[in-house]
Amino acid sequence: MTTTTIDPTTRRVPPMGGFNLTVLRIELKRMLRNRRTIIFTLLFPAAMFFAFGSGDDWNEAVGEGNVAAYIMTSMALYGAALTAAAGGAMVALERALGWSRQLRLTPLNPAVYILMKALLALVLGAVAIATVNVAGIVQGKPSMPLHVWIECGVLTLVCTMVFAALGVFVGYLVPGENAMQILGPGLALLSFLGNVFIPIDEDSMMWHVASFTPMFGVAEISRAPLTQDLPWYAVLNAVVWFAVFVAGAAWRMSKDTARV
Amino acid sequence: MTTHQLEHPAGTAQSIAAIGLRSVTKDFGDVHAVRGIDLAIQPGEIVAFLGPNGAGKTTTIDLILGLSQPTSGDVEVLGFRPREAIARGLVSAVMQTGGLLKDLTVRETVEYTASLFADTQPVADVLEHAGITGIADRKVGKCSGGEQQRLRFAMALLSDPALLLLDEPTTGMDVEGRRAFWSAIRQDAAKGRTVLFATHYLEEADQYADRIVLISSGRIVADGSGSEVKAMAAGRTVRATLPGADTDRIGRIPGVDGLEVRGDTILVHARDTDAVARFLLTETGARDLEIAARGIEEAFLTLTGDHAASTDDTERTNR
Repeated sequence: MTTTTIDPTTRRVPPMGGFNLTVLRIELKRMLRNRRTIIFTLLFPAAMFFAFGSGDDWNEAVGEGNVAAYIMTSMALYGAALTAAAGGAMVALERALGWSRQLRLTPLNPAVYILMKALLALVLGAVAIATVNVAGIVQGKPSMPLHVWIECGVLTLVCTMVFAALGVFVGYLVPGENAMQILGPGLALLSFLGNVFIPIDEDSMMWHVASFTPMFGVAEISRAPLTQDLPWYAVLNAVVWFAVFVAGAAWRMSKDTARV
Repeated sequence: MTTHQLEHPAGTAQSIAAIGLRSVTKDFGDVHAVRGIDLAIQPGEIVAFLGPNGAGKTTTIDLILGLSQPTSGDVEVLGFRPREAIARGLVSAVMQTGGLLKDLTVRETVEYTASLFADTQPVADVLEHAGITGIADRKVGKCSGGEQQRLRFAMALLSDPALLLLDEPTTGMDVEGRRAFWSAIRQDAAKGRTVLFATHYLEEADQYADRIVLISSGRIVADGSGSEVKAMAAGRTVRATLPGADTDRIGRIPGVDGLEVRGDTILVHARDTDAVARFLLTETGARDLEIAARGIEEAFLTLTGDHAASTDDTERTNR
Protein backbone atom coordinates (compact mmCIF):
# COMPACT_ATOMS: atom_id res chain seq x y z
CA MET A 1 0.00 0.00 0.00
CA THR A 2 1.20 3.48 -0.76
CA THR A 3 2.02 5.84 2.05
CA THR A 4 1.33 9.07 0.18
CA THR A 5 -2.13 10.38 -0.58
CA ILE A 6 -3.70 9.25 -3.81
CA ASP A 7 -3.38 11.57 -6.78
CA PRO A 8 -6.11 10.78 -9.33
CA THR A 9 -4.31 12.57 -12.16
CA THR A 10 -1.40 10.13 -12.18
CA ARG A 11 -3.57 7.11 -12.93
CA ARG A 12 -3.42 5.37 -16.30
CA VAL A 13 -6.02 3.56 -18.37
CA PRO A 14 -4.95 0.07 -19.52
CA PRO A 15 -4.33 -0.31 -23.26
CA MET A 16 -6.74 -2.24 -25.51
CA GLY A 17 -9.68 -2.05 -23.11
CA GLY A 18 -8.04 -4.46 -20.69
CA PHE A 19 -7.30 -7.19 -23.26
CA ASN A 20 -4.44 -9.33 -21.97
CA LEU A 21 -2.91 -12.78 -22.10
CA THR A 22 -3.09 -13.45 -18.35
CA VAL A 23 -6.89 -13.68 -18.55
CA LEU A 24 -6.67 -15.99 -21.58
CA ARG A 25 -4.14 -18.19 -19.76
CA ILE A 26 -6.23 -18.45 -16.59
CA GLU A 27 -9.45 -19.06 -18.54
CA LEU A 28 -7.80 -21.76 -20.64
CA LYS A 29 -6.39 -23.47 -17.55
CA ARG A 30 -9.79 -23.21 -15.95
CA MET A 31 -11.51 -24.97 -18.84
CA LEU A 32 -8.85 -27.63 -19.28
CA ARG A 33 -8.97 -28.72 -15.64
CA ASN A 34 -12.72 -29.15 -15.80
CA ARG A 35 -13.01 -32.92 -16.06
CA ARG A 36 -16.42 -32.76 -17.71
CA THR A 37 -15.10 -30.44 -20.44
CA ILE A 38 -12.18 -32.76 -21.14
CA ILE A 39 -14.32 -35.88 -21.32
CA PHE A 40 -17.15 -34.49 -23.41
CA THR A 41 -15.26 -32.21 -25.73
CA LEU A 42 -11.94 -34.00 -26.23
CA LEU A 43 -12.11 -37.69 -25.30
CA PHE A 44 -15.68 -38.43 -26.34
CA PRO A 45 -15.39 -37.16 -29.95
CA ALA A 46 -12.11 -39.04 -30.37
CA ALA A 47 -13.71 -42.20 -29.00
CA MET A 48 -16.67 -41.72 -31.35
CA PHE A 49 -14.23 -41.46 -34.23
CA PHE A 50 -12.57 -44.75 -33.27
CA ALA A 51 -16.03 -46.35 -32.97
CA PHE A 52 -17.48 -45.11 -36.26
CA GLY A 53 -14.30 -44.60 -38.29
CA SER A 54 -13.29 -48.26 -38.38
CA GLY A 55 -16.21 -49.76 -40.29
CA ASP A 56 -15.60 -52.18 -43.17
CA ASP A 57 -16.07 -49.38 -45.68
CA TRP A 58 -13.42 -47.07 -44.16
CA ASN A 59 -11.30 -46.92 -47.27
CA GLU A 60 -14.07 -46.32 -49.80
CA ALA A 61 -13.54 -43.14 -51.77
CA VAL A 62 -15.33 -39.92 -50.81
CA GLY A 63 -14.50 -36.92 -53.00
CA GLU A 64 -10.85 -36.10 -52.41
CA GLY A 65 -10.33 -38.70 -49.69
CA ASN A 66 -11.91 -41.72 -47.98
CA VAL A 67 -14.76 -42.57 -45.60
CA ALA A 68 -12.46 -42.50 -42.55
CA ALA A 69 -11.49 -38.88 -43.37
CA TYR A 70 -15.17 -38.01 -43.74
CA ILE A 71 -16.03 -39.44 -40.32
CA MET A 72 -12.98 -37.80 -38.73
CA THR A 73 -14.07 -34.37 -40.01
CA SER A 74 -17.59 -34.97 -38.70
CA MET A 75 -16.39 -35.96 -35.24
CA ALA A 76 -14.06 -32.97 -35.09
CA LEU A 77 -17.06 -30.75 -35.80
CA TYR A 78 -19.02 -32.42 -33.02
CA GLY A 79 -16.20 -31.91 -30.51
CA ALA A 80 -15.60 -28.31 -31.52
CA ALA A 81 -19.34 -27.54 -31.43
CA LEU A 82 -19.51 -28.88 -27.87
CA THR A 83 -16.57 -26.76 -26.67
CA ALA A 84 -18.04 -23.66 -28.30
CA ALA A 85 -21.46 -24.33 -26.77
CA ALA A 86 -19.85 -24.85 -23.36
CA GLY A 87 -17.99 -21.56 -23.74
CA GLY A 88 -21.19 -19.78 -24.72
CA ALA A 89 -23.12 -21.21 -21.78
CA MET A 90 -20.37 -19.91 -19.51
CA VAL A 91 -21.11 -16.30 -20.47
CA ALA A 92 -24.64 -16.65 -19.13
CA LEU A 93 -23.44 -18.49 -16.03
CA GLU A 94 -20.86 -15.81 -15.21
CA ARG A 95 -23.55 -13.19 -15.49
CA ALA A 96 -25.79 -15.12 -13.12
CA LEU A 97 -22.93 -15.46 -10.63
CA GLY A 98 -22.33 -11.71 -10.59
CA TRP A 99 -18.87 -12.12 -12.12
CA SER A 100 -19.80 -9.92 -15.09
CA ARG A 101 -20.82 -7.21 -12.63
CA GLN A 102 -17.51 -7.64 -10.80
CA LEU A 103 -15.70 -7.21 -14.12
CA ARG A 104 -17.68 -4.02 -14.76
CA LEU A 105 -15.89 -2.57 -11.73
CA THR A 106 -12.58 -3.01 -13.53
CA PRO A 107 -11.30 -1.20 -16.64
CA LEU A 108 -12.26 -4.23 -18.77
CA ASN A 109 -14.40 -3.13 -21.71
CA PRO A 110 -17.51 -5.37 -22.10
CA ALA A 111 -16.82 -5.77 -25.84
CA VAL A 112 -13.29 -6.93 -25.00
CA TYR A 113 -14.76 -9.44 -22.55
CA ILE A 114 -16.91 -10.97 -25.33
CA LEU A 115 -13.91 -10.84 -27.70
CA MET A 116 -11.73 -12.74 -25.19
CA LYS A 117 -14.51 -15.30 -24.67
CA ALA A 118 -14.85 -15.78 -28.43
CA LEU A 119 -11.07 -16.14 -28.80
CA LEU A 120 -11.10 -18.71 -26.04
CA ALA A 121 -13.91 -20.63 -27.73
CA LEU A 122 -11.86 -20.64 -30.95
CA VAL A 123 -8.71 -21.84 -29.17
CA LEU A 124 -10.59 -24.64 -27.43
CA GLY A 125 -12.44 -25.47 -30.65
CA ALA A 126 -9.07 -25.75 -32.36
CA VAL A 127 -7.84 -28.03 -29.56
CA ALA A 128 -10.94 -30.23 -29.96
CA ILE A 129 -10.48 -30.40 -33.75
CA ALA A 130 -6.77 -31.13 -33.35
CA THR A 131 -7.50 -33.92 -30.84
CA VAL A 132 -9.76 -35.79 -33.27
CA ASN A 133 -7.34 -35.19 -36.13
CA VAL A 134 -4.39 -36.49 -34.10
CA ALA A 135 -6.53 -39.52 -33.24
CA GLY A 136 -7.05 -39.95 -36.97
CA ILE A 137 -3.33 -39.68 -37.74
CA VAL A 138 -2.49 -42.15 -34.98
CA GLN A 139 -5.08 -44.59 -36.27
CA GLY A 140 -3.75 -44.10 -39.80
CA LYS A 141 -6.94 -44.76 -41.76
CA PRO A 142 -8.15 -41.29 -42.82
CA SER A 143 -6.66 -40.14 -46.07
CA MET A 144 -7.01 -36.81 -47.89
CA PRO A 145 -4.63 -34.26 -49.38
CA LEU A 146 -2.97 -32.00 -46.80
CA HIS A 147 -4.64 -28.83 -48.11
CA VAL A 148 -8.07 -30.47 -47.86
CA TRP A 149 -7.21 -31.57 -44.33
CA ILE A 150 -6.36 -27.98 -43.36
CA GLU A 151 -9.35 -26.47 -45.19
CA CYS A 152 -11.73 -28.85 -43.42
CA GLY A 153 -10.22 -27.95 -40.05
CA VAL A 154 -10.48 -24.20 -40.62
CA LEU A 155 -14.07 -24.41 -41.93
CA THR A 156 -15.04 -26.55 -38.94
CA LEU A 157 -13.60 -23.94 -36.60
CA VAL A 158 -15.58 -21.15 -38.28
CA CYS A 159 -18.77 -23.25 -38.14
CA THR A 160 -18.45 -23.75 -34.38
CA MET A 161 -19.42 -20.09 -33.87
CA VAL A 162 -23.00 -21.20 -34.58
CA PHE A 163 -22.85 -23.32 -31.44
CA ALA A 164 -21.18 -20.62 -29.36
CA ALA A 165 -24.33 -18.57 -30.00
CA LEU A 166 -26.49 -21.60 -29.16
CA GLY A 167 -24.53 -21.99 -25.93
CA VAL A 168 -25.23 -18.39 -24.87
CA PHE A 169 -28.92 -18.86 -25.72
CA VAL A 170 -29.30 -22.11 -23.78
CA GLY A 171 -27.18 -20.71 -20.95
CA TYR A 172 -29.75 -17.98 -20.45
CA LEU A 173 -32.72 -20.34 -20.83
CA VAL A 174 -31.40 -22.87 -18.31
CA PRO A 175 -30.21 -21.13 -15.18
CA GLY A 176 -27.26 -22.32 -13.15
CA GLU A 177 -24.73 -24.92 -14.12
CA ASN A 178 -27.19 -27.27 -15.81
CA ALA A 179 -26.86 -25.83 -19.28
CA MET A 180 -24.19 -28.38 -20.25
CA GLN A 181 -26.42 -31.23 -19.08
CA ILE A 182 -28.81 -30.16 -21.82
CA LEU A 183 -26.25 -29.09 -24.41
CA GLY A 184 -24.24 -32.34 -24.18
CA PRO A 185 -26.99 -34.85 -24.98
CA GLY A 186 -28.79 -32.22 -27.09
CA LEU A 187 -25.84 -31.76 -29.42
CA ALA A 188 -25.37 -35.54 -29.62
CA LEU A 189 -29.00 -35.89 -30.68
CA LEU A 190 -28.65 -33.07 -33.22
CA SER A 191 -25.51 -34.76 -34.54
CA PHE A 192 -27.43 -38.00 -35.13
CA LEU A 193 -30.22 -36.03 -36.77
CA GLY A 194 -27.85 -33.83 -38.71
CA ASN A 195 -25.96 -36.50 -40.63
CA VAL A 196 -22.84 -36.14 -38.47
CA PHE A 197 -22.51 -39.46 -36.64
CA ILE A 198 -24.17 -41.88 -39.04
CA PRO A 199 -24.60 -41.23 -42.76
CA ILE A 200 -28.27 -40.95 -43.68
CA ASP A 201 -29.44 -42.19 -47.08
CA GLU A 202 -29.98 -39.25 -49.36
CA ASP A 203 -33.63 -38.59 -50.37
CA SER A 204 -34.94 -40.81 -47.58
CA MET A 205 -37.63 -39.35 -45.35
CA MET A 206 -35.05 -39.16 -42.57
CA TRP A 207 -32.69 -37.22 -44.78
CA HIS A 208 -35.35 -34.59 -45.53
CA VAL A 209 -35.96 -34.13 -41.83
CA ALA A 210 -32.19 -33.99 -41.21
CA SER A 211 -31.68 -31.21 -43.71
CA PHE A 212 -33.70 -28.88 -41.50
CA THR A 213 -31.76 -29.55 -38.28
CA PRO A 214 -28.96 -27.23 -37.05
CA MET A 215 -26.03 -29.66 -37.41
CA PHE A 216 -26.78 -30.52 -41.00
CA GLY A 217 -25.65 -27.28 -42.67
CA VAL A 218 -22.42 -26.78 -40.78
CA ALA A 219 -21.52 -30.46 -41.26
CA GLU A 220 -21.92 -30.17 -45.04
CA ILE A 221 -19.84 -26.97 -45.05
CA SER A 222 -17.08 -28.47 -42.85
CA ARG A 223 -16.77 -31.50 -45.19
CA ALA A 224 -17.12 -29.55 -48.43
CA PRO A 225 -13.38 -29.43 -49.23
CA LEU A 226 -13.35 -33.23 -48.92
CA THR A 227 -16.66 -34.07 -50.64
CA GLN A 228 -16.27 -31.34 -53.30
CA ASP A 229 -20.00 -30.86 -52.89
CA LEU A 230 -21.83 -28.03 -51.16
CA PRO A 231 -25.59 -27.87 -51.73
CA TRP A 232 -27.15 -24.37 -51.46
CA TYR A 233 -29.66 -25.51 -48.84
CA ALA A 234 -26.80 -26.57 -46.55
CA VAL A 235 -25.39 -23.04 -46.61
CA LEU A 236 -28.91 -21.63 -46.10
CA ASN A 237 -29.40 -24.02 -43.17
CA ALA A 238 -26.20 -22.85 -41.47
CA VAL A 239 -26.94 -19.15 -42.01
CA VAL A 240 -30.54 -19.42 -40.80
CA TRP A 241 -29.65 -21.40 -37.66
CA PHE A 242 -26.80 -19.03 -36.86
CA ALA A 243 -29.25 -16.11 -37.16
CA VAL A 244 -31.82 -17.93 -34.99
CA PHE A 245 -29.28 -18.66 -32.23
CA VAL A 246 -27.79 -15.16 -32.26
CA ALA A 247 -31.28 -13.63 -32.17
CA GLY A 248 -32.26 -15.97 -29.33
CA ALA A 249 -29.12 -15.12 -27.35
CA ALA A 250 -29.62 -11.39 -27.92
CA TRP A 251 -33.28 -11.68 -26.94
CA ARG A 252 -32.51 -13.46 -23.67
CA MET A 253 -29.64 -11.07 -22.90
CA SER A 254 -31.89 -8.04 -23.34
CA LYS A 255 -34.57 -9.67 -21.18
CA ASP A 256 -32.03 -10.17 -18.47
CA THR A 257 -32.63 -6.95 -16.56
CA ALA A 258 -30.66 -7.99 -13.50
CA ARG A 259 -28.10 -5.41 -12.46
CA VAL A 260 -25.34 -5.98 -15.01
CA MET B 1 -33.61 18.62 9.52
CA THR B 2 -30.16 20.04 9.22
CA THR B 3 -28.09 19.83 6.11
CA HIS B 4 -24.53 20.01 7.17
CA GLN B 5 -21.38 19.93 5.08
CA LEU B 6 -18.11 18.94 6.72
CA GLU B 7 -15.44 21.56 6.31
CA HIS B 8 -12.45 20.08 4.63
CA PRO B 9 -9.10 20.65 6.35
CA ALA B 10 -7.31 23.70 4.98
CA GLY B 11 -4.47 22.99 2.60
CA THR B 12 -6.31 20.35 0.61
CA ALA B 13 -9.34 22.55 0.04
CA GLN B 14 -8.51 22.90 -3.64
CA SER B 15 -8.72 19.14 -4.20
CA ILE B 16 -11.53 17.71 -6.29
CA ALA B 17 -14.55 16.13 -4.62
CA ALA B 18 -14.33 12.36 -4.37
CA ILE B 19 -18.01 12.14 -5.24
CA GLY B 20 -20.09 14.93 -6.74
CA LEU B 21 -23.77 14.39 -7.40
CA ARG B 22 -25.79 17.28 -8.80
CA SER B 23 -29.60 17.06 -9.01
CA VAL B 24 -29.37 13.39 -9.80
CA THR B 25 -32.56 11.46 -10.51
CA LYS B 26 -33.09 7.91 -11.67
CA ASP B 27 -36.37 6.46 -12.88
CA PHE B 28 -37.15 2.85 -13.69
CA GLY B 29 -40.24 3.27 -15.82
CA ASP B 30 -42.84 4.82 -13.51
CA VAL B 31 -40.73 4.13 -10.45
CA HIS B 32 -38.72 7.08 -9.14
CA ALA B 33 -35.86 5.42 -7.30
CA VAL B 34 -33.77 8.57 -6.90
CA ARG B 35 -35.64 11.87 -6.77
CA GLY B 36 -32.97 14.55 -6.86
CA ILE B 37 -29.80 14.08 -4.85
CA ASP B 38 -27.09 16.70 -4.36
CA LEU B 39 -24.05 15.41 -2.56
CA ALA B 40 -20.39 16.36 -2.32
CA ILE B 41 -17.98 14.07 -0.51
CA GLN B 42 -14.40 15.20 0.09
CA PRO B 43 -11.30 12.98 -0.19
CA GLY B 44 -10.55 11.06 2.99
CA GLU B 45 -14.07 11.19 4.40
CA ILE B 46 -15.72 8.06 5.71
CA VAL B 47 -19.38 8.46 4.91
CA ALA B 48 -22.27 6.22 5.86
CA PHE B 49 -25.09 6.02 3.43
CA LEU B 50 -27.94 5.21 5.74
CA GLY B 51 -31.47 4.30 4.86
CA PRO B 52 -34.04 1.56 4.91
CA ASN B 53 -34.24 -1.04 2.15
CA GLY B 54 -35.68 0.53 -0.98
CA ALA B 55 -34.55 4.04 -0.06
CA GLY B 56 -32.42 4.33 -3.19
CA LYS B 57 -29.01 3.55 -1.66
CA THR B 58 -28.12 0.80 -4.10
CA THR B 59 -29.41 2.74 -7.10
CA THR B 60 -27.26 5.72 -6.11
CA ILE B 61 -24.21 3.49 -5.67
CA ASP B 62 -24.82 2.01 -9.12
CA LEU B 63 -24.87 5.54 -10.54
CA ILE B 64 -21.58 6.41 -8.82
CA LEU B 65 -20.05 3.22 -10.22
CA GLY B 66 -21.30 4.01 -13.72
CA LEU B 67 -23.27 0.74 -13.79
CA SER B 68 -26.31 2.77 -14.76
CA GLN B 69 -26.91 6.24 -16.13
CA PRO B 70 -28.87 8.92 -14.28
CA THR B 71 -32.21 9.93 -15.80
CA SER B 72 -31.15 13.53 -15.19
CA GLY B 73 -28.39 15.32 -13.34
CA ASP B 74 -24.65 14.92 -13.17
CA VAL B 75 -22.40 12.32 -11.55
CA GLU B 76 -18.70 13.00 -11.12
CA VAL B 77 -16.11 10.85 -9.38
CA LEU B 78 -12.72 12.44 -8.57
CA GLY B 79 -13.25 14.85 -11.42
CA PHE B 80 -14.03 12.13 -13.93
CA ARG B 81 -17.13 10.52 -15.40
CA PRO B 82 -17.74 7.31 -13.39
CA ARG B 83 -16.61 4.93 -16.16
CA GLU B 84 -13.42 6.95 -16.71
CA ALA B 85 -12.64 6.83 -13.01
CA ILE B 86 -13.15 3.05 -13.05
CA ALA B 87 -10.91 2.68 -16.10
CA ARG B 88 -8.15 4.39 -14.11
CA GLY B 89 -8.59 2.05 -11.14
CA LEU B 90 -9.71 4.96 -8.96
CA VAL B 91 -12.93 3.39 -7.75
CA SER B 92 -13.55 -0.02 -6.24
CA ALA B 93 -16.57 -1.59 -4.66
CA VAL B 94 -17.16 -4.58 -2.45
CA MET B 95 -20.55 -6.21 -2.71
CA GLN B 96 -22.08 -8.52 -0.17
CA THR B 97 -22.52 -11.65 -2.24
CA GLY B 98 -21.60 -13.15 -5.59
CA GLY B 99 -19.02 -11.73 -7.93
CA LEU B 100 -16.67 -14.70 -7.67
CA LEU B 101 -15.97 -17.73 -9.85
CA LYS B 102 -16.03 -20.91 -7.76
CA ASP B 103 -13.67 -22.89 -9.99
CA LEU B 104 -10.81 -20.37 -9.87
CA THR B 105 -8.29 -20.42 -7.05
CA VAL B 106 -7.93 -17.43 -4.74
CA ARG B 107 -4.63 -16.45 -6.37
CA GLU B 108 -6.01 -16.86 -9.91
CA THR B 109 -8.95 -14.62 -9.03
CA VAL B 110 -6.61 -11.87 -7.83
CA GLU B 111 -4.24 -12.34 -10.81
CA TYR B 112 -7.17 -12.24 -13.24
CA THR B 113 -8.47 -9.01 -11.71
CA ALA B 114 -5.00 -7.46 -11.50
CA SER B 115 -4.35 -8.12 -15.19
CA LEU B 116 -7.25 -5.86 -16.16
CA PHE B 117 -5.74 -2.70 -14.61
CA ALA B 118 -2.91 -0.54 -15.91
CA ASP B 119 -1.18 -0.47 -12.52
CA THR B 120 -1.78 -2.54 -9.41
CA GLN B 121 -0.10 -3.52 -6.20
CA PRO B 122 1.88 -6.77 -6.49
CA VAL B 123 -0.49 -9.74 -6.19
CA ALA B 124 1.59 -11.33 -3.41
CA ASP B 125 1.43 -8.14 -1.31
CA VAL B 126 -2.31 -7.86 -1.72
CA LEU B 127 -2.83 -11.50 -0.72
CA GLU B 128 -0.63 -10.95 2.32
CA HIS B 129 -2.37 -7.72 3.31
CA ALA B 130 -5.79 -9.41 3.10
CA GLY B 131 -4.51 -12.36 5.11
CA ILE B 132 -5.28 -14.94 2.43
CA THR B 133 -1.77 -16.02 1.40
CA GLY B 134 -2.33 -19.32 3.20
CA ILE B 135 -5.37 -20.17 1.08
CA ALA B 136 -4.07 -18.73 -2.20
CA ASP B 137 -4.18 -22.10 -3.97
CA ARG B 138 -7.62 -23.05 -2.67
CA LYS B 139 -10.59 -23.01 -5.02
CA VAL B 140 -12.89 -20.08 -4.27
CA GLY B 141 -15.86 -22.48 -4.01
CA LYS B 142 -14.13 -24.22 -1.09
CA CYS B 143 -13.56 -20.99 0.86
CA SER B 144 -15.77 -19.96 3.78
CA GLY B 145 -17.96 -16.88 3.58
CA GLY B 146 -15.45 -14.87 5.60
CA GLU B 147 -12.56 -15.95 3.37
CA GLN B 148 -14.54 -15.01 0.27
CA GLN B 149 -15.24 -11.60 1.79
CA ARG B 150 -11.51 -11.10 2.43
CA LEU B 151 -10.87 -12.09 -1.19
CA ARG B 152 -13.38 -9.46 -2.37
CA PHE B 153 -11.50 -6.86 -0.34
CA ALA B 154 -8.18 -7.98 -1.80
CA MET B 155 -9.64 -7.54 -5.30
CA ALA B 156 -11.04 -4.12 -4.40
CA LEU B 157 -7.74 -2.85 -2.98
CA LEU B 158 -5.60 -4.14 -5.89
CA SER B 159 -5.68 -0.88 -7.80
CA ASP B 160 -5.16 1.25 -4.65
CA PRO B 161 -8.48 3.02 -5.25
CA ALA B 162 -9.09 6.60 -4.15
CA LEU B 163 -12.73 5.79 -3.54
CA LEU B 164 -14.06 2.60 -2.00
CA LEU B 165 -17.77 1.79 -2.00
CA LEU B 166 -19.01 -0.86 0.41
CA ASP B 167 -22.46 -2.40 0.41
CA GLU B 168 -23.43 -3.54 3.92
CA PRO B 169 -19.76 -4.41 4.55
CA THR B 170 -19.92 -6.09 7.94
CA THR B 171 -23.02 -8.23 7.50
CA GLY B 172 -22.29 -11.58 9.09
CA MET B 173 -19.12 -10.42 10.86
CA ASP B 174 -18.72 -10.89 14.60
CA VAL B 175 -17.89 -7.97 16.90
CA GLU B 176 -14.14 -8.64 16.76
CA GLY B 177 -14.15 -8.97 12.95
CA ARG B 178 -16.14 -5.76 12.68
CA ARG B 179 -13.64 -3.85 14.83
CA ALA B 180 -10.63 -5.16 12.89
CA PHE B 181 -12.34 -4.37 9.62
CA TRP B 182 -13.07 -0.77 10.55
CA SER B 183 -9.63 -0.15 11.98
CA ALA B 184 -8.16 -1.23 8.61
CA ILE B 185 -10.59 1.04 6.78
CA ARG B 186 -9.64 3.97 9.05
CA GLN B 187 -5.94 3.49 8.33
CA ASP B 188 -6.65 3.60 4.60
CA ALA B 189 -8.81 6.70 4.97
CA ALA B 190 -5.94 8.43 6.73
CA LYS B 191 -3.99 8.11 3.46
CA GLY B 192 -6.69 9.97 1.59
CA ARG B 193 -8.93 7.09 0.57
CA THR B 194 -12.59 8.03 0.61
CA VAL B 195 -15.00 5.41 1.87
CA LEU B 196 -18.74 5.40 1.30
CA PHE B 197 -20.60 2.54 2.89
CA ALA B 198 -24.25 1.65 2.67
CA THR B 199 -25.89 0.36 5.79
CA HIS B 200 -29.25 0.25 7.44
CA TYR B 201 -27.82 0.19 10.97
CA LEU B 202 -27.69 3.63 12.56
CA GLU B 203 -25.41 2.27 15.28
CA GLU B 204 -22.77 1.19 12.79
CA ALA B 205 -23.04 4.43 10.85
CA ASP B 206 -22.66 6.45 14.05
CA GLN B 207 -19.74 4.43 15.32
CA TYR B 208 -17.57 4.34 12.22
CA ALA B 209 -18.49 7.18 9.88
CA ASP B 210 -17.30 10.80 9.97
CA ARG B 211 -20.51 11.78 8.34
CA ILE B 212 -23.93 10.24 7.91
CA VAL B 213 -26.08 10.82 4.87
CA LEU B 214 -29.61 9.68 5.59
CA ILE B 215 -31.61 8.76 2.53
CA SER B 216 -35.27 7.93 2.26
CA SER B 217 -37.56 7.55 -0.72
CA GLY B 218 -34.82 8.63 -3.10
CA ARG B 219 -33.96 11.88 -1.29
CA ILE B 220 -31.41 12.97 1.29
CA VAL B 221 -33.35 13.71 4.47
CA ALA B 222 -30.42 14.39 6.78
CA ASP B 223 -26.71 14.93 6.29
CA GLY B 224 -24.37 15.57 9.19
CA SER B 225 -21.87 14.23 11.66
CA GLY B 226 -22.73 11.17 13.70
CA SER B 227 -23.43 13.21 16.82
CA GLU B 228 -25.70 15.59 14.93
CA VAL B 229 -27.78 12.82 13.47
CA LYS B 230 -27.75 11.06 16.82
CA ALA B 231 -28.96 14.22 18.53
CA MET B 232 -31.82 14.31 16.09
CA ALA B 233 -32.49 10.70 16.79
CA ALA B 234 -32.01 10.94 20.56
CA GLY B 235 -34.15 12.96 22.95
CA ARG B 236 -37.78 12.47 23.91
CA THR B 237 -41.15 13.44 22.67
CA VAL B 238 -43.70 15.47 24.60
CA ARG B 239 -47.25 14.89 23.57
CA ALA B 240 -50.10 17.07 24.80
CA THR B 241 -53.58 18.22 23.90
CA LEU B 242 -53.43 21.93 23.11
CA PRO B 243 -55.95 23.40 20.66
CA GLY B 244 -54.57 26.34 18.68
CA ALA B 245 -51.00 25.92 19.86
CA ASP B 246 -48.59 28.80 19.29
CA THR B 247 -46.00 26.76 17.37
CA ASP B 248 -43.61 29.67 16.92
CA ARG B 249 -43.29 30.21 20.62
CA ILE B 250 -42.94 26.53 21.48
CA GLY B 251 -40.33 26.14 18.74
CA ARG B 252 -38.19 28.78 20.42
CA ILE B 253 -37.84 26.79 23.64
CA PRO B 254 -34.15 25.78 23.92
CA GLY B 255 -33.52 22.17 22.91
CA VAL B 256 -36.55 21.72 20.67
CA ASP B 257 -35.65 19.77 17.51
CA GLY B 258 -39.03 19.22 15.99
CA LEU B 259 -42.65 20.06 16.34
CA GLU B 260 -45.71 18.51 14.85
CA VAL B 261 -49.38 19.42 15.13
CA ARG B 262 -52.00 16.71 14.59
CA GLY B 263 -55.39 18.27 15.07
CA ASP B 264 -55.63 19.29 18.72
CA THR B 265 -52.58 17.22 19.61
CA ILE B 266 -49.12 18.68 19.65
CA LEU B 267 -45.93 16.59 19.50
CA VAL B 268 -42.69 18.27 20.49
CA HIS B 269 -39.39 16.49 20.01
CA ALA B 270 -36.65 17.85 22.23
CA ARG B 271 -33.46 17.04 24.07
CA ASP B 272 -34.71 18.89 27.17
CA THR B 273 -38.28 17.70 27.49
CA ASP B 274 -38.56 18.93 31.08
CA ALA B 275 -38.30 22.52 29.89
CA VAL B 276 -40.96 21.87 27.27
CA ALA B 277 -43.26 20.26 29.82
CA ARG B 278 -42.77 23.10 32.27
CA PHE B 279 -43.54 25.65 29.61
CA LEU B 280 -46.63 23.84 28.33
CA LEU B 281 -48.11 23.32 31.81
CA THR B 282 -47.38 26.78 33.14
CA GLU B 283 -47.66 29.08 30.12
CA THR B 284 -50.37 27.36 28.07
CA GLY B 285 -53.57 25.44 28.61
CA ALA B 286 -52.03 22.13 27.61
CA ARG B 287 -53.43 18.95 29.19
CA ASP B 288 -53.06 15.15 28.94
CA LEU B 289 -49.30 15.61 28.83
CA GLU B 290 -47.13 12.53 28.07
CA ILE B 291 -43.37 12.23 27.74
CA ALA B 292 -41.97 9.27 25.82
CA ALA B 293 -38.41 8.24 25.09
CA ARG B 294 -37.60 6.73 21.74
CA GLY B 295 -34.81 4.40 20.78
CA ILE B 296 -32.26 5.21 18.15
CA GLU B 297 -33.69 2.78 15.63
CA GLU B 298 -37.19 4.06 16.26
CA ALA B 299 -36.06 7.64 15.88
CA PHE B 300 -34.36 6.73 12.65
CA LEU B 301 -37.54 5.13 11.39
CA THR B 302 -39.45 8.26 12.33
CA LEU B 303 -36.97 10.46 10.48
CA THR B 304 -37.21 8.41 7.32
CA GLY B 305 -40.84 7.42 7.74
CA ASP B 306 -42.12 11.00 8.17
CA HIS B 307 -40.59 11.92 4.91
CA ALA B 308 -41.97 8.94 3.06
CA ALA B 309 -45.47 9.74 4.32
CA SER B 310 -45.26 13.27 2.97
CA THR B 311 -44.46 12.11 -0.57
CA ASP B 312 -46.15 9.56 -2.76
CA ASP B 313 -44.23 6.40 -2.08
CA THR B 314 -44.85 4.35 -5.19
CA GLU B 315 -41.25 3.17 -5.38
CA ARG B 316 -41.39 1.48 -2.01
CA THR B 317 -43.26 -1.42 -3.51
CA ASN B 318 -40.73 -2.07 -6.21
CA ARG B 319 -37.31 -1.35 -4.90
